Amino acid sequence: MARKSHVQTTINGETVEFLCESRQSLLEVLRDELYLTGAKEGCNNGNCGACSVILDGRLVNSCLVLGVETEGKSVETIEGLADPDKLHPIQDAFLENAALQCGICTPGFIMSAKALLDSNPNPTEHEIRYWLAGNLCRCTGYDKIVKAVMDAAKETSA
Amino acid sequence: MTEKKEYKVIGTRPIRHDGVDKVTGRALYGADFQMTGLLHGRVLRSPHAHARIVSIDTSRAEAYPGVKGVATAQDLPDAEDRIADLGEGAVNLKYLCDNILASDKVLYQGHAVAAVAATSPHIAEEACTLIDVEYEVLPPVLEVRQAMEADAPLLHETLKTTSMGETADEPSNVASHIQHQLGDPEKGFAEADIVVERDFVTGTVHQGYIEPHNATAHFNQDGQLTIWCSTQGAFTVREQVAEILQYPISKIKVVPMEIGGGFGGKISVYIKPVAALLAKKTGKPVKVLMNRADVFEGTGPTPASYVRVKMGATKEGKITAAEAYLAFEGGAYPGAPVGPGAMCIFAPYNIENVVIDGYDVVVNKPKTAPYRAPGAPNAAFGSETVVDELAEKLGIDPLEFRLLNGAKEGDRRADGPVHPRIGCIETVETAKAHPHYTAPNGQKHHGRGVASGYWFNIGLESSVTINVNSDGTINLIEGSTDIGGTRSSIAMQAAEVLGIPAESVNPSVVDTNSVGYTAVTGGSRTTYATGYAAYEAAQDVKRKMIARAAKLWEVDEANVQFADGEFSCINGKEEQISFRDLCGRLGQTGGPVVGSGTVNPGGAGGAYATHIVDVAVDEETGKVEILRYTAVQDAGRAIHPSYVEGQIQGGAVQGIGWALNEEYIYNDEGTMTNASFLDYRMPTCLDLPMIDAVIVEVPNPGHPYGVRGVGEVPIVPPMAAIANAIYDAIGIRMTELPMSPDRLLKAMGKI
Amino acid sequence: MQDFSYVAAQTLSEAVALLDENGEKARILAGGTDLIVNVREGRRDVDLMIDVKSVPEVNVLDYDANTGLTLGAAVECYKIYAVDAICDAYPGLIDATKIIGGTAIQGRAGVGGNLCNASPAADCIPPLIVLNTTCVIAGPNGERELPVEQFCTAPGQTALENGEMLVSLKIPAPASNSSSFYLRFIPRNEMDIAVVGAGASVTLDDAKETIVSARIALAAVAPTPLFAEEASTLLAGREVSDAAIDDAAQAAQAIARPISDMRGTAEQRTHLVGVLTRRALNGAIQRIRD
Repeated sequence: MARKSHVQTTINGETVEFLCESRQSLLEVLRDELYLTGAKEGCNNGNCGACSVILDGRLVNSCLVLGVETEGKSVETIEGLADPDKLHPIQDAFLENAALQCGICTPGFIMSAKALLDSNPNPTEHEIRYWLAGNLCRCTGYDKIVKAVMDAAKETSA
Repeated sequence: MTEKKEYKVIGTRPIRHDGVDKVTGRALYGADFQMTGLLHGRVLRSPHAHARIVSIDTSRAEAYPGVKGVATAQDLPDAEDRIADLGEGAVNLKYLCDNILASDKVLYQGHAVAAVAATSPHIAEEACTLIDVEYEVLPPVLEVRQAMEADAPLLHETLKTTSMGETADEPSNVASHIQHQLGDPEKGFAEADIVVERDFVTGTVHQGYIEPHNATAHFNQDGQLTIWCSTQGAFTVREQVAEILQYPISKIKVVPMEIGGGFGGKISVYIKPVAALLAKKTGKPVKVLMNRADVFEGTGPTPASYVRVKMGATKEGKITAAEAYLAFEGGAYPGAPVGPGAMCIFAPYNIENVVIDGYDVVVNKPKTAPYRAPGAPNAAFGSETVVDELAEKLGIDPLEFRLLNGAKEGDRRADGPVHPRIGCIETVETAKAHPHYTAPNGQKHHGRGVASGYWFNIGLESSVTINVNSDGTINLIEGSTDIGGTRSSIAMQAAEVLGIPAESVNPSVVDTNSVGYTAVTGGSRTTYATGYAAYEAAQDVKRKMIARAAKLWEVDEANVQFADGEFSCINGKEEQISFRDLCGRLGQTGGPVVGSGTVNPGGAGGAYATHIVDVAVDEETGKVEILRYTAVQDAGRAIHPSYVEGQIQGGAVQGIGWALNEEYIYNDEGTMTNASFLDYRMPTCLDLPMIDAVIVEVPNPGHPYGVRGVGEVPIVPPMAAIANAIYDAIGIRMTELPMSPDRLLKAMGKI
Repeated sequence: MQDFSYVAAQTLSEAVALLDENGEKARILAGGTDLIVNVREGRRDVDLMIDVKSVPEVNVLDYDANTGLTLGAAVECYKIYAVDAICDAYPGLIDATKIIGGTAIQGRAGVGGNLCNASPAADCIPPLIVLNTTCVIAGPNGERELPVEQFCTAPGQTALENGEMLVSLKIPAPASNSSSFYLRFIPRNEMDIAVVGAGASVTLDDAKETIVSARIALAAVAPTPLFAEEASTLLAGREVSDAAIDDAAQAAQAIARPISDMRGTAEQRTHLVGVLTRRALNGAIQRIRD
């Protein structure tokens, strides 16, 4: 049996410890060990963005990060985005704009959009489309997603 | 257009009921399901496109530490060559079982051969490599016209062509031939001043939902089997698993988890019976997940096809005759959607003389599964391109040409049915009046194209139960898995009946033990049929509440009326009570109120769409850019317009992907070489402009609020619209899908 | 996925020692966006991943207008294009760093990893070649340097010997009146692997009319990214003109020996070499003139 390592990291502001095999990705750790199932597996090779999380302030595909690599790092996931009594403006914008249909890609899009607005509070439509190109959605045709991010940008930069 | 009725809830845009769960990551999809003692399953798949299985030795895998069980086709009940009726149509049971785990032959690369349950997914995957399968490799046949040739390798020794009631003597890869004829095509072509005939080829494409298939199964000691999964229909999972395992439906409970897209591809079962077998063998719950390659290689794509279309018209622009030859790939087993293709191909037009031949042909690719208006896009690519060419040769504007020939109420479709009130003409008129259609588009290598499309939509069974709460809200129990906001579009119909806000309805999608039979979320039927059931259930609640008000006021029920959320007494007494207040008095008027509605409606009403697209062609690279896109569609009545627009936009974009880049690429051995989201190129948001969705409302007389299904028809026009736009840009008719850069370069003579 | 061990090396010598001790099945883990996928999908057999992201030497990002750029092998793409001076000096390299994968990939993937993955279609390698990059390699016997065009030896194979690792890339300071450009052809607008990639660097005379020197490199048309030497040298001394650029494009096409695969056909690729070489040269010249 594969040996497990002890890892201590920060997830959504809380110190978290877990055991994992070297071959387990951060995505697997989040989902299978920590039961944070908001990040989804769509392709497991970095081509769909459904597993997007923010690692030390930078957007990554959690399927392409090993769990053991997160020792001492800080991870933000969709579960940590909203306040207890209030959604994040991006989440609100997704609801107001009907920017989701099946919803499987939604956590990834929202985390990706958050990373975008953190670094570029007033993106153009083209900048939004370029940034989100690593997130696949098969339901919406992206129209309402792009509009939601534009609305959220107005809200957060206001 | 008929005058709009005034509604309070219908036509508004409330926040969807499951929205917060889905933007916070809390919604539980199939793969998110966790359970104590869970084992993980993986499926071993065939590396060969066509081979006989000589032997399978699982001993090394079984001995691997952490492995708890291995299953092969030997563990399935003996599948006779008999026909099972699964509601969705008759299915050959041997084919059904063999597609779950191959018994004697593998018929496509990716065909499931064995499965392992282990303590971790990694161990299960490693153990799969320790299963020794000996194959006798056979030549594959990968293309429909080759498969139809007399000397083609045969997939099934016992498959014989059925053609209009007759079965052939010799085995063949052609499973069936259908034909529809209307009028006298020969005479019709003789009357034509101009005839256009072209051949078309379309590639194999996948539904491309982002969530891979998943299933967790558990057998209790009493034999009760529970399956948690994402599916388009929990009841069809129950039926299919019952048939495959030869197990009573009363002992199977299917719990539909949230579903991450389906588009028709999550109706057939693949790993659900496998999870059940492994659960039975191990006595533990087993979760089986597909990875992305499994999804491409092992689940239903929509077929590649060969289509030939011939149409004739008079100088004045009247289509006099049409002929179509449709040969569709069923994949490894019969079941190509050539029937629906034949039903839809000329449906936007009123043509007196038509003949359509359709062929369902097996090839060494995964068994085809429905994909959004299955069959119609393949067919429409041909017919709508030929229509464009006819209009061009006659010097008539292509939308005007469609108006001259457009299908209306009372016209007959080539396969028989007479159209009820439909919105074909209205979508064309709306497109013609849209500013996009008249916007300047004169740049070099820019082009504009249009195309129309039809999908018939379906009804089928739905059940809804409503439990009335004391605070004036209702709990709505339904069996339609919600893929795109249907909790809300169904809840809104109940809310409209009861005069309460959409937010006062709490919709729940429940398991097969907890709601009446409900057919799949497919066929554009959910808002229509389950919405209809919700309407009926709400009417049932209304009737019962009227009885309660009558009891409260000690008057006859006939003296109670209900309007705008208020019950009032219309004879004698001056009594009035709101729905909400009456809900608080159920206890003293006889106890809880529960309403139910069940339907199997026949009036689904067809849906029409007309699309306009502008493209730019890079003449040096052959790449096509979508500059502007407008999609007009008749929704009958848009219950929640945002989600109607979403269906239109999503369908149009899937069509754009199909048109430009998506296809299964095979090598000569029949191995798919692009089974990933890297190389199966679905559109990203950077490939697209905003998609202008324009809703036309021609109410469907077959639904109390006029709803028409909206999900499928938007994928029908894009391929031809884009082909027509490319022609406008560079003067070349593209007749093969996808219209990828290399094909454009070839067509332009650059390579 | 196969089982493997993981070590986070803290120093260059520790990483080199681990590589040396563990042989061919030890691999350096930097961004991991290729390595993790390759191991997961069974394309590389690895029993030890040596994470070097804590090793100082591979994290150097140092630009000096006189001496040029030292780019640590593990520096992520997003850090490179965040530095304006680097964007101004090496626009062709920046073109590549901005199109590798999506933004999430660029948060992990680096130029060094793109080079070590040694894909024939790697976007960063043509710009490195046209920018005259030198690879700094550490091994059990100390450091050595190698011109980048000699680094890749076959698909997935490099000139690294057992126990050796890439430490950094050294790119000379750009000459005056020079610029660079990289582009690829892909069917979508992002997220694809190059069907063909072409990079060019050009130095013009002070009048910006005559080409002093040029370098052209190609991706996805041979087992390794190619330096198009003849196409490059024939431009020296030529006036900027469509004819000169066409000559270079034809010379570039002459050395392409592409295959047909699921990403494109051989004929399509050969054709595109001409198109992209012209566009890369014109792009670099335009940048000088702007």
